[in-house]
Amino acid sequence: MTLKTILLGAVSALAFSGVASAETLTIATVNNGDMIRMQKLTDEFTKKNPGIDVKWVTLEENILRQKVTTDVATKGGQYDVMTIGIYEAPIWGKQGWLAPLDKLSKDAAYDANDLLPPIRSGLTVDGKLYAAPFYGESSMVMYRKDLFDKAGLKMPDAPTWDFIADAARKITDKGSETYGICLRGKAGWGENMAFLTATSNAFGARWFDENWKPQFDQPEWKKTLDFYVKLMKDAGPPGASSNGFNENLALFQTGKCGMWIDATVAASFVTNPKESKVADKVGFALAPDTGLGKRGNWLWSWNLAIPAGSKKVEAAEKFIAWATSKDYLNLVAEKEGWANVPPGTRTSLYQNAEYQKAAPFAKMTLDSINAADPKKPTVKPVPYEGVQYVAIPEFQAIGTAVGQQFSAALAGQVTVDQALASAQQLTEREMKKAGYPKK
Amino acid sequence: MATTHTRSAARLMMAPSVILLFAWMIVPLGMTIYFSLLRYNLLMPGTEEFTGLLNYEFFLTDPAFFDALKNTLLLVGGVLAISVIGGILMALLLDQPMFGQGIVRILVIAPFFIMPTVAALVWKNMFMNPVNGLFAWLFRLLGAEPLDWLAVAPLTSVVIIVAWQWLPFATLILLTALQSLDEEQKEAAEMDGAGPISKFIYITLPHMARAITVVVLIETIFLLSVFAEILVTTNGGPGTQSTNITYLVYTQALLQFDVGGASAGGIVAVVLANIVAIFLIRMIGKNLEA
Amino acid sequence: MARKVSTQRKVAFTVMAWTIGFLMFFPILWTFLTSFKSEGDAIASPPVFLFFNWTMENYHEVQSRSDYFSHFWNSVVISFGSTLLGLLIAIPAAWAMAFSPTKRTKDVLMWMLSTKMMPPVGALIPIYLIFRDGGLLDSRIGLVVVLTLINLPIIVWMLYTYFKEIPGEILEAARMDGASLMKEVIYVLTPMAVPGIASTLLLNIILAWNEAFWTLNLTTSNAAPLTTFIASYSSPEGLFYAKLSAASTMAIAPIVILGWFSQKQLVRGLTFGAVK
Repeated sequence: MTLKTILLGAVSALAFSGVASAETLTIATVNNGDMIRMQKLTDEFTKKNPGIDVKWVTLEENILRQKVTTDVATKGGQYDVMTIGIYEAPIWGKQGWLAPLDKLSKDAAYDANDLLPPIRSGLTVDGKLYAAPFYGESSMVMYRKDLFDKAGLKMPDAPTWDFIADAARKITDKGSETYGICLRGKAGWGENMAFLTATSNAFGARWFDENWKPQFDQPEWKKTLDFYVKLMKDAGPPGASSNGFNENLALFQTGKCGMWIDATVAASFVTNPKESKVADKVGFALAPDTGLGKRGNWLWSWNLAIPAGSKKVEAAEKFIAWATSKDYLNLVAEKEGWANVPPGTRTSLYQNAEYQKAAPFAKMTLDSINAADPKKPTVKPVPYEGVQYVAIPEFQAIGTAVGQQFSAALAGQVTVDQALASAQQLTEREMKKAGYPKK
Repeated sequence: MATTHTRSAARLMMAPSVILLFAWMIVPLGMTIYFSLLRYNLLMPGTEEFTGLLNYEFFLTDPAFFDALKNTLLLVGGVLAISVIGGILMALLLDQPMFGQGIVRILVIAPFFIMPTVAALVWKNMFMNPVNGLFAWLFRLLGAEPLDWLAVAPLTSVVIIVAWQWLPFATLILLTALQSLDEEQKEAAEMDGAGPISKFIYITLPHMARAITVVVLIETIFLLSVFAEILVTTNGGPGTQSTNITYLVYTQALLQFDVGGASAGGIVAVVLANIVAIFLIRMIGKNLEA
Repeated sequence: MARKVSTQRKVAFTVMAWTIGFLMFFPILWTFLTSFKSEGDAIASPPVFLFFNWTMENYHEVQSRSDYFSHFWNSVVISFGSTLLGLLIAIPAAWAMAFSPTKRTKDVLMWMLSTKMMPPVGALIPIYLIFRDGGLLDSRIGLVVVLTLINLPIIVWMLYTYFKEIPGEILEAARMDGASLMKEVIYVLTPMAVPGIASTLLLNIILAWNEAFWTLNLTTSNAAPLTTFIASYSSPEGLFYAKLSAASTMAIAPIVILGWFSQKQLVRGLTFGAVK
């Protein structure tokens, strides 16, 4: 008991001494390139805002998500600004865990109307903006023009899956470590399931029917998974089942992939000659379809938000306004060049002639983002929103567990049918446990 | 008089650690048991309700549970086997006369000091990666198709990484035990005409029994809760092929944020750990008495 | 009484032992070498071993992104703090267990050890809630307490096996001289136990330094040790082997060096109880 008293005393003494000094914002973010750039530009912010100090907690995505979720759900109050996905933002907003960014949405200089509409609407609950987008992305095809020329192929702007599969098999030359197509295989709701869920939309599949009944026992999913596993076996790199975004990026940058279908933000990495061996040989196309009216392009954004109950809302809002403003884009452009500004959040960026010139992928990115339709993601009707995810809190766990099954199918450890059967069973179980269908 | 005096003093001296450990155990344990009886998901506040043993039912009927149980035992058993057998062999080798024994010892012990996260990251990326890893290069050099370690042999890969960290520990303890063996004893055995193998079985091995016990006990404690290596490398997959009990509880706690389910899983894991502990004491406790 | 050994055998053993030693150490050496490469060289195929352009760029990059010394200092405070606090609590307990054993001593000891087998993640939410209410989140004090409790069983057990080997007659003699209990511990027992205590101390510093679950989940920035430092390099976008290697080298170097200097001591204490 005494020990605890002493500890409490010591801690509260520390806490009190903290209040007197300058305000310190603790900002949690992901260790992605654009965020690290933001972290390096911190001085520009503190120069303009004396009296505010910034402390960074930069973590790998999964760890960040766990820590931030634990903290916001228990109201631990460890962070003043949190980086969260477009998946979490509306769910948390509804729970009342986030402070609405009313000031920003009204601020004329900030110009919230400039935010890309699909993303803005994804971050809004009941007319209130709960998070400000830092960068946004959809998915698209990135391909090697040189390899396509060599094989006598021509990539259409809006390819079909049949064309992609055919081209991938033609390009593959395992002897020289050239693989026709690199796709995500690493298990995770934000890894292989983001890709596969989006792709399944193009094949006419859906996660749940209108009564929240899982649909993995339906032929559309079988077709999707069969197609994917066969394609990867014929034309994919070895070890595909442990490749996520980063692994594939490294493969593509080192010239080992003919095509890669993934996030549009990758475009600036693969065309950056400092990082990529194939920088001048990359072309872009929309994510493929199968003629059913839906393309497999997803919608994602990383956003900055303030946890509800924060005592530093004002300073936190200042920071968010700075980091997601037009001026921030200009600042990055000035320091690092237009190709490196965080993409996919503002209409004005895509109207900027300099950006269009510097970023050959600008138009395709904007088209992809605008083509994504989270409100109506699938061919058949569904009770949920979200293209590459299902916007319910349970999805992280279910998506990851299903992802494990599909990853095992890709690795050849189980058959496609077994993987689908397990996925169906475990999803039914989890949904029952979570009490669906909800009245 | 003296004894009662010492007894009560002894009790007094044991008190702090016993009380602290008891509190450390009982407070979270109590809370965990309480939570395990609730429907309590962090992501859905306000839906908490008493559900009896439903969480236990879900955890124990989880198709992943038996895989996890099996994997836990395989992981502990595999690493123990490698580190004890490998440790004995390496200790025997290092006990031989050679040049630079001290430096070899330093080289061999080093992996024990490495953070599990770092070890896993290094092995995963720089060795086992099927495209850029050193193993892939080695395989290609030998004209073989690079092996995709983490997909084809996930549990084996985890065992390799964990064993790499614990083999040095076993080697060093066993080596010290070996070095304390009397030269005279060995010589006497040689004079009796014992060959190297019977010498090893009848003299060296019994002499090392206690050291082996220590290795098994300490390693088991740590191996039951191996977690970082799995999280970093395979994420428990593909499927559930490298999920152990600790990792399964983790998925409940930090992926589903199902506090009720994770608590039930934690309690199940504690019960299992205690079964292992009792088993261990039965098997090797005798050696510690001596 | 060294036996005569033929030089040939000695050379053969030397070659074998060095080969195995090199293989065990190779992953660490490789990490160290990679930390001085450019990202391109880091994934070159065939791999380059020594003849590449050595660069400090990765270390600059890592340092510019995260404050190594603050993480380092937290690691030091947490691992030393928890070990010292643990020893303070454990020495009396282990003493009592070793010199006034009761029927239940063994059970208490085994029970203590079994608390270590609990998967920590099962108790994360309860602990997080307690820490939140106590204002202990992201505080070094909180982590010191948690790590003390986690390693306490090992500390008690190691000290117990060590103390048990101290002959009881010496204590009897001291008691005859009228030494009080405290004096007995301070002047008689402790000096004899120093090697065991030192080895326990070392092992626990290593364990606490490398503990990656609680340190990662209960800290954000102020108390974050090197385990969280690594978590920001674990899988970023793009090529990262060289930067990861640099960060890894920085995180493990202090403890590896400490371990090397003290390995003899470490083993001596660990095996005292185990080796007769």
